[in-house]
Amino acid sequence: MAAPVLRWGCSGTCSALAWVYGVSRHRRGAPTGSTSNWIRGQSSLAQQPLHTARKPRKGEHEWAAVVGLEIHAQISSNSKLFSGSQVCFAAPPNSLVSFFDASLPGTLPVLNRRCVEAAVMTGLALNCHINKKSLFDRKHYFYADLPAGYQITQQRLPIAVNGSLTYGICVGKTRRQVTARTVRVKQIQLEQDSGKSLHDDLRSQTLVDLNRAGIGLLELVLEPDLSCGEEAATAVRELQLILQALGTSQANMAEGQLRVDANVSVHHPGEPLGVRTEVKNLNSIRFLAKAIDYEIQRQIKELEDGGEILNETRSFDYKLGCTVPMRDKEGKQDYRFMPEPNLPPLLLYDATSLPAGADSQQVINIDQIRERLPELPSVTRERLVQQYGMLPEHSFTLLNEVGLLEFFQNVIKETRAEPKKVTSWVLNTFLGYLKQQNLAVRESPVTASALAELLDLLDSKAISSSAAKQVFEELWKNEGKTPAQIVSEKKLELMQDQEALEQLCHSVMQGHPQVVMDVKKGNPRAINKLIGLVRKATLSRADPAVIKATLEKQLSCHGSCPPA
Amino acid sequence: MLGRTLREVSAALKQGQITPIELCQKCLSLIKKTKFLNAYITVTEEVALKQAEESEKRYKNGQSLGDLDGIPIAVKDNFSTSGIETTCASNMLKGYVPPYNATVVQKLLDQGALLMGKTNLDEFAMGALGSDTGGSTRNPAAHCGLVGVKPSYGLVSRHGLIPLVNSMDVPGILTRYVDDAAIVLGILAGHDPKDSTTVQDPVKPFMLPSLTDVSKLCIGIPKEYLVPELSSEVRSLWSNAADLFESEGAKVIDVSLPHTSYSIVCYHVLCTSEVASNMARFDGLEYGHRCEIDVSTEAMYAATRREGFNDVVRGRILSGNFFLLKENYENYFIKAQKVRRLIANDFMNVFNSGVDVLLTPTTLSEAVPYLEFIQEDNRTRSAQDDIFTQAVNMAGLPAVSIPVALSNQGLPIGLQFIGRAFCDQQLLTIAKWFEKQVQFPVTQLQELVDDCSSVLENEKLASISLKQ
Repeated sequence: MAAPVLRWGCSGTCSALAWVYGVSRHRRGAPTGSTSNWIRGQSSLAQQPLHTARKPRKGEHEWAAVVGLEIHAQISSNSKLFSGSQVCFAAPPNSLVSFFDASLPGTLPVLNRRCVEAAVMTGLALNCHINKKSLFDRKHYFYADLPAGYQITQQRLPIAVNGSLTYGICVGKTRRQVTARTVRVKQIQLEQDSGKSLHDDLRSQTLVDLNRAGIGLLELVLEPDLSCGEEAATAVRELQLILQALGTSQANMAEGQLRVDANVSVHHPGEPLGVRTEVKNLNSIRFLAKAIDYEIQRQIKELEDGGEILNETRSFDYKLGCTVPMRDKEGKQDYRFMPEPNLPPLLLYDATSLPAGADSQQVINIDQIRERLPELPSVTRERLVQQYGMLPEHSFTLLNEVGLLEFFQNVIKETRAEPKKVTSWVLNTFLGYLKQQNLAVRESPVTASALAELLDLLDSKAISSSAAKQVFEELWKNEGKTPAQIVSEKKLELMQDQEALEQLCHSVMQGHPQVVMDVKKGNPRAINKLIGLVRKATLSRADPAVIKATLEKQLSCHGSCPPA
Repeated sequence: MLGRTLREVSAALKQGQITPIELCQKCLSLIKKTKFLNAYITVTEEVALKQAEESEKRYKNGQSLGDLDGIPIAVKDNFSTSGIETTCASNMLKGYVPPYNATVVQKLLDQGALLMGKTNLDEFAMGALGSDTGGSTRNPAAHCGLVGVKPSYGLVSRHGLIPLVNSMDVPGILTRYVDDAAIVLGILAGHDPKDSTTVQDPVKPFMLPSLTDVSKLCIGIPKEYLVPELSSEVRSLWSNAADLFESEGAKVIDVSLPHTSYSIVCYHVLCTSEVASNMARFDGLEYGHRCEIDVSTEAMYAATRREGFNDVVRGRILSGNFFLLKENYENYFIKAQKVRRLIANDFMNVFNSGVDVLLTPTTLSEAVPYLEFIQEDNRTRSAQDDIFTQAVNMAGLPAVSIPVALSNQGLPIGLQFIGRAFCDQQLLTIAKWFEKQVQFPVTQLQELVDDCSSVLENEKLASISLKQ
């Protein structure tokens, strides 16, 4: 058989609109692929559950929850996995459909090189073993948005196996300490996405959009090493950051580029694993955590009430905040897996196995991809801690907010202010404003340059911190003014004229002889009153420390050396 | 003119002895006269005449595209043809007009060939003419006194060929002479970026040398092909052919392909499994037949597929799905694949021992009369038809059926040569030498047309007896 042929360019597309009547049902889930770890009676977990789902009452067994995830990440590429159709979110329905995507008879799959590279890159970033030979299989089921009647996937021999994903979770009383945890990655496989069915219950018809049909997916199967919603959510968030750093997936859950199914079961530690359920339709990280925690509690309650857990597929109803069984008319599915005869085995090479004189356009070199790996989030965080002396939890926050790290780095680049100052302003003031108004970093009215300029003013003591806050508030109004303009318009600059300040101090002291007396009598709080009065007189433009020094100087020689 | 070799006709076109339009019209009229044979599902008269006009212009301007310019061709109705209905002789695809050409069709058209029409097949080519999954090019060739070439798997693109069994299908070539087949194969062969299973290495143009000396050749005679069902006529022709090689100095040896007898049953398992998978796309949604039932998607699927497929196709889908069930997969599909490997190894061992080509019968006997033919069910029939041919598909090897002689009944009989993978040129070179020695009488189409009346009478008799 011929070696795999990798496709570079795009070919023509056609459009087709298909529709069917009278259905509204849910698709059954993909098989988990992690069956072996779920066999009942197997008690040794590679990692003991770290969280108990609930504090045990006296005389009651403790419960432990076991959570495994199956994650589908849409590969970020210009064209689909096996056809030249473009990939584009929110294009008009059925506008990105090639003959192959519509499963016209006689059309054949041609593997997209970019998708293979994305899978290898993701596998390397997750410490996987990359299989130099992997195979494609057909998984059969009838569904309106699966035109060929089968999905091409990698069931027998996936492209990457045996990896791990390390994520940081907040612990401690204040939950400000970050500790590292690891979940094993069982495998990563390449597969086709399906189309979309839009059910119109009113007219009892289904509309099919094949734009998504055939887009490349990475299916990542995580071993059941997680024990609660928060762990799952944090692990998925870390994965999201890794995929985005690699550029292998945009991993936007709201746009369906990252889809997560959770397998959940509960048992008593030391006893066999319980029956698991699969929770689907989790389209945000928050719902993922909520759904898992709900499902854990539901199973515990069910078992404590003497009920039993059914091995079923459930979906999360985000309005009700609970999981509900999915209607499943077909009963147990047999996917009738079969090797895909139109695709030869996918062969990958490394520096040692690369055949001499191989056409670099036709082969994929794992070592070359390894060299091209960008900085991963964990390394970035370490670097931030090292380079800027920030706390680990600050580095997590900087990475977790989309665009915040870039913003931070841009500010650092342009300002003379201390990194610690920048960190504090970005994480407290800037992020606080964003959160308050529910804005993303890219929607911020304050640019990195503006903040940098503001911090420069602060750093050179041209303005006070409180004035800086005021300037920031003005900047947020986005009236197109620079910090310097605002400072000058609002007369916020610190008084640099010492003589004028001395004059002010003198008149304040003269106007408040009682307070001056109090100071002289040794009341330590009295001087603060004077400082406040002077600050007020300077319209908050003087540094309180400087005021204090000036006042003290004048008080010490009061009477003996009146100002000129 | 219609009985000549491709090269002769091509020369006649170049010299202006006949024009493409004249040639096209001759063919069209022959097609009309032989309509009772049901050889064509669609005759593309307008397309052919338009192509002929263009070809004629090219000849006039001295811009001929090559040997195939102006040559009439027919394509089996399971090759996608842009803008021309492609049905696979199935209700399921009645009215389906592909928006693209199969790679092989495109290559022929690019050479200036004239498409006369889409030829008949049994539904989805489950045991008939043109493409070759288990013998469907070689068997008809043997029965019709033609040369039928099944190229090595991967030598010719399958893109646009509506699949029966992806891992065994190859486009087949039916011509009058080996040289003609070589010309066509030369045009069709080579890597197709749209078919990942095609060869990567560049394919050199096929030029068949005329062998004069066969003394350096080693011809293998597989003993497992001597089966009790083999007709005595075919058996003696096979034996004569071996003697011919021997008398001309070739080394002729008996060889063994020990797993041959298991081939047909494994072929059945693998074939039906792939059929079940390939037919899953025919659900009535995107194209093809759709039933009237609309109570649910499932009901629509079921009725559409029941109406769209005949019993043979449905039977294969059911058995294929049975073999692919989780509980059966190991026992059937995996086992059949293992045996397939053993069958391929059988061939490899023989070729590694120094054999250049294998010589076997193509079919058990000459073509059987219709009434006899329909007595067996499809499975038995295809097991008989493909007995000598399908192992070649299992192993991906090239093979060719060469017409040898007419039987006592006056019907053609062919013999098969099997070559090493991707040694198609060597195979055809030997076949060409053999063709020259046996001097098979060229079928006279004119006689056939003259005989039409008598055939038609027979046809009537057949239909009458059927009704009884």
